[in-house]
Amino acid sequence: MTPVLAIENLSLSIAGVPVVDGINLGVDAGEVMALVGESGCGKSITSAAVMRLLPGAVSQTAGDIRLAGESLSRLSERQMQAMRGRRLSMIFQEPQAALDPLSTIGTQIAESLRQSARAARPAVLHMLDEVGIADPARRIDQYPFELSGGMCQRVVIAAALIARPELLLADEPTTALDVTIQAQILDLLRTLARERGTAVLLITHDVGVVADIADRVAVMYAGRIAEAGPVHSIFAQPRHPYTQLLLASVPRLSDVPKSPLAVIPGRVPTPLEFGPGCRFASRCPRADAQCVAQTPPLRPLGDSDVACWHAA
Amino acid sequence: MIGHIASRLGQALLASFGVLTIVFFIMRLSGDPTLLLVPEGASLEQINQLRHQLGFDRPLPIQFAAYLGDLARLDFGESLVQRAPVLGIVAERIPYTVALASGALLVAIGIGIPAGIVMAVARGTWLERALAGFVLAGQSLPTFWSGILLILLFGVTLGWLPTSGADGIASLIMPSLALGAVGMSTFARMTRIAVLDELSRDYVTAARARGLSRGQAVVGHVLRNAAVPVVTIAALEIGNLLAGAVIVETVFAWPGIGQLAIQSIQSRDFLVVQTVVLFVSLVYVATNLLADLLYALIDPRIRMGA
Repeated sequence: MTPVLAIENLSLSIAGVPVVDGINLGVDAGEVMALVGESGCGKSITSAAVMRLLPGAVSQTAGDIRLAGESLSRLSERQMQAMRGRRLSMIFQEPQAALDPLSTIGTQIAESLRQSARAARPAVLHMLDEVGIADPARRIDQYPFELSGGMCQRVVIAAALIARPELLLADEPTTALDVTIQAQILDLLRTLARERGTAVLLITHDVGVVADIADRVAVMYAGRIAEAGPVHSIFAQPRHPYTQLLLASVPRLSDVPKSPLAVIPGRVPTPLEFGPGCRFASRCPRADAQCVAQTPPLRPLGDSDVACWHAA
Repeated sequence: MIGHIASRLGQALLASFGVLTIVFFIMRLSGDPTLLLVPEGASLEQINQLRHQLGFDRPLPIQFAAYLGDLARLDFGESLVQRAPVLGIVAERIPYTVALASGALLVAIGIGIPAGIVMAVARGTWLERALAGFVLAGQSLPTFWSGILLILLFGVTLGWLPTSGADGIASLIMPSLALGAVGMSTFARMTRIAVLDELSRDYVTAARARGLSRGQAVVGHVLRNAAVPVVTIAALEIGNLLAGAVIVETVFAWPGIGQLAIQSIQSRDFLVVQTVVLFVSLVYVATNLLADLLYALIDPRIRMGA
């Protein structure tokens, strides 16, 4: 089966400095794929590349992005524009910032349908209901400032899904929300994606969010995929040392109170510090000469793919 | 909203009163007009008699109180020089200045705002650089200098436009350009900054992710958001425009209130100067109130008092 989204050997550079280095990723219909990693690992820029809404300084230096087999990289801007909102869409980290403060929410949702707010009104009302907004007939004419953060994210989701896109990119969709609202929004995303068969690429730094909602996960470190596979396998048996340390650093309620948080020593290298070998080598307890000298390829191991010389 | 406007109105009236007070006393620092009114060779006694007759021998606070008393009855007094009611003298000049200021505002807004939008949207291209040069020129040329250059080119060399005076629309073109040039640059720079600021916001990316083109996102979302700071500038710019009118009206012999103010200051025609100042400050107050109302029209958060 052709995956809805296939990222093939994608490399991105900011002003000539490589920040994403040959990553491969696929998302199937109705599946939630989490792309997890620390700030600055290149995950958000990857989703911007899929939308072809990269900031001016960033350029795609290699690879291809396919939507249902069709190469997006070769489309003209006009063709790409026709796809956005209809075949692939996006939700954002700060829902209130992602909405124009001076337009009603109904107008903004209607834009995804390429219809006037009046023509799209019945469809928008129905969609508001689907994303769980009470009293849509009143809300549709309100402005973002009249809604809470959680409601705004429901509005953003409504705008992203109303045209029934095949692919939804969700860039940290719950990071700016209260914990209780987070769970509701994740639940909503998962339900809607299932019902509609939408493929979801979820960008997050929150391992807890991955466990809640994702079917598969790709762990990204310093512009490369470290490990990818089904969520249950990776959580049960992480094989890459980075994944192991990342999962170990998540605080648990069962921890002894006030015990020190587990941290990974050192820091993520900046793109200018990237060497020829594994980028985690500088922080890895198992690193040796081969790790520093040679990049480990992503190879299948059990249910997962792992980029580590020592993983077994 | 109404309470807000009422409080702004109160502040504005207080400000106008302050301006009037300052002008009243500063004008009198230079003496009084008696000496300019008496015939040559008049005796000191005659001068003092006239001064007493006109009331300029009274202490300043008493003169000021008397003036405020007259104002309260909407009595603007009589011009000592022209021997005519001040209100009539000022009122017959106002249409000229309104025409000039409107023309200048048309130049400033009509060229400045589109130029600013284009500079922001076409950032980093040759078009932005070309417009930036144009804007810099408008900003750097002093009004009296650009006015004279315009007269030289279009009035003297080409002979297309009248060099001075107020004779129909044609004679309004050059003064409007000269007066509007500086405002045009201000509008262009402020609009550029406001649009650039909005272009960097998440909602623009989000709108594009919904399938809007960059142009559609600018027209549909960015411009309205960028309008709030531009309206603020517009209100302030009206004040600068009236100040600039004093110079432009002198250069082009345009019979507006700027020219009247200069003439009246020179002849120490206090009541005329004070009335002009009062008029200008009331216009300033009115435009700022209008700006407040415009904010509310543009931004629902202000309208609904959020």
